[in-house]
Amino acid sequence: MSKGKVSKGGAPSLDMTPMVDLAFLLVTFFMLTASFRMAEPVTVDPPASHADKALPDNTILVSIDGLGRPFFGVSNSEAKVATLMKMSGKYKVAFSEAQIKKFGGMSSFGVAIQDLPKYIDATEAERMKFQPQKGVPNDSLRDPQLSDWVRYAAQETNGIYIRERDKAKDAGKDFVGEKVRYAIKADATTKYISVKAVLKTFTDMKIYRFNLITSLEGGATKPAKAGKK
Amino acid sequence: MAEIADDGGGHKKGGKKRAKKQSTKIDMTPMVDLGFLLLTFFVLTSTFSKPKSMELSFPAPPPPNEKPVEVKNGLNIILTKDHKIFYYKGQFNAPDNKEGKPATQLTETSFTPEGLHKIILEMNSYAHDEIAKLEAKVKSKQMADTTFKRLAMEAKGDKRSLTALIKTDDKATYRDVIDAVDELNVCMVGKYVIIDMSAPEYALLTEKIK
Repeated sequence: MSKGKVSKGGAPSLDMTPMVDLAFLLVTFFMLTASFRMAEPVTVDPPASHADKALPDNTILVSIDGLGRPFFGVSNSEAKVATLMKMSGKYKVAFSEAQIKKFGGMSSFGVAIQDLPKYIDATEAERMKFQPQKGVPNDSLRDPQLSDWVRYAAQETNGIYIRERDKAKDAGKDFVGEKVRYAIKADATTKYISVKAVLKTFTDMKIYRFNLITSLEGGATKPAKAGKK
Repeated sequence: MAEIADDGGGHKKGGKKRAKKQSTKIDMTPMVDLGFLLLTFFVLTSTFSKPKSMELSFPAPPPPNEKPVEVKNGLNIILTKDHKIFYYKGQFNAPDNKEGKPATQLTETSFTPEGLHKIILEMNSYAHDEIAKLEAKVKSKQMADTTFKRLAMEAKGDKRSLTALIKTDDKATYRDVIDAVDELNVCMVGKYVIIDMSAPEYALLTEKIK
C-alpha cells in the first residue's frame, strides 16, 4: 500500500515515536532536576513579602511553628552529622552508627536530644505524631540545647567551609562555596515573642544577620488579608 | 502502537512452505504509559523556585549605661493583637514631661496603601524621591549600577530620610512584623530596627486597646 492512502483494514495507526521521544526526554529532565525535600515534621507557612532574594544554599535553619516550637536543621549533612557527634558527647546521649547515618538525611527536627534516638528510629509518618514533640529546648539557663546545636553547627559548617576553601586554593581552583547563613522560618501566625526568643539565642552568640524566609507576595501562599497591595 | 500481527489468510498460492514471518515489533504501550505517568508525577511535584528570604540585621545590644540615641525623623510603629497597628512620630513624651511638650498620642492605622504605606512614604519622601531620580539616570544610561547602589545607600542613610522603630507587644504575630518590615523595604527605608517597647509606651498601648 502506498503512503497517503487510507488504510482499508485494521486499526488506523499513527507514528507516535517523536512524541514518545519527547516525553522520555522530559521525564529525564524532570527526574534529574527534581530535588526532593524531606517532609518537615510540622507545616510552617511563612508570611508573604516582597523580598525576592533566593535563600542561600548553606544554611542553619530554625523553623518556628504556629505554637512557637523551634525546629532545628542544617543544610550541609556532613556538618549535621558532626554536630550530632558533638551534641552526643556533651549531653551523654549515645547514637548507633545507623542512627547517625539516618540523621544525616533527615530534615529538621523538634525534639530534645534525649528523645532523639527514638525519633530517628521512627518512620517518617510516625515522626509527624511523635510525642513529646515540644520543639528543641531553648532555655538559656536550664536547658540551652538549641543554642548548643546552633553553636556546634556553626563551628562545623565554618570548619568545612575553610577546609574546602583551602583545598581549592591548594589545587589552584576557584572556590565557589558560600559561608553559612542563619535562616529563620516562622509561621505567619506565630507570636512574635516566640520568634524573639529564638532570635535572642542567636544574638547572645553575636549572630546578628538573618535570612527570614518568606513566601513571595501574590505567590502560592497568599495571606488571607485584604487591602494589601 | 498496538499492532496486531496480520495473519491474514492470503497463503493459498503456491505450495512452498515458508517459515512464518515473526513480527519484529514490540508492543511499547505499557512502557509509554509508564513514561507518561512518571512525566506527570515529576511535572506536578517539582518546584523550581527556591524559597525567598528577607535579609535582616538585628542590632547588637548597646553597651550598658549608654544614652538612647536621639532620633530626629523617626516613626514608631507599634504592633499588637488582632493585627492592630499604632504609630507615633518622633520622640516619646510622657504626659507630664519637664519640657512641657504635648504628651505622645498613639494613632491607629492599618496595613493598607492608605494607611501605613502612605505615612511611611510621606515621612521618607527624601530617600524615595532621590532613589527615583537615580533610577531614572540609570535607565537613561547616565549612571553605572554600582554608583547607583552606593548613592541609593547614601540617600537611605541621609539625615532627612526616615528612621523607623518597630515595637511589638506579646500578642503581635510574626506576620505583622514581616508586613511592617516589608512595607519599610518597599518604601526605601534604610534605617529601621525591631526593638522592645518601653514601659510608658506599653502603658499607653494597653490604655488604647483596652
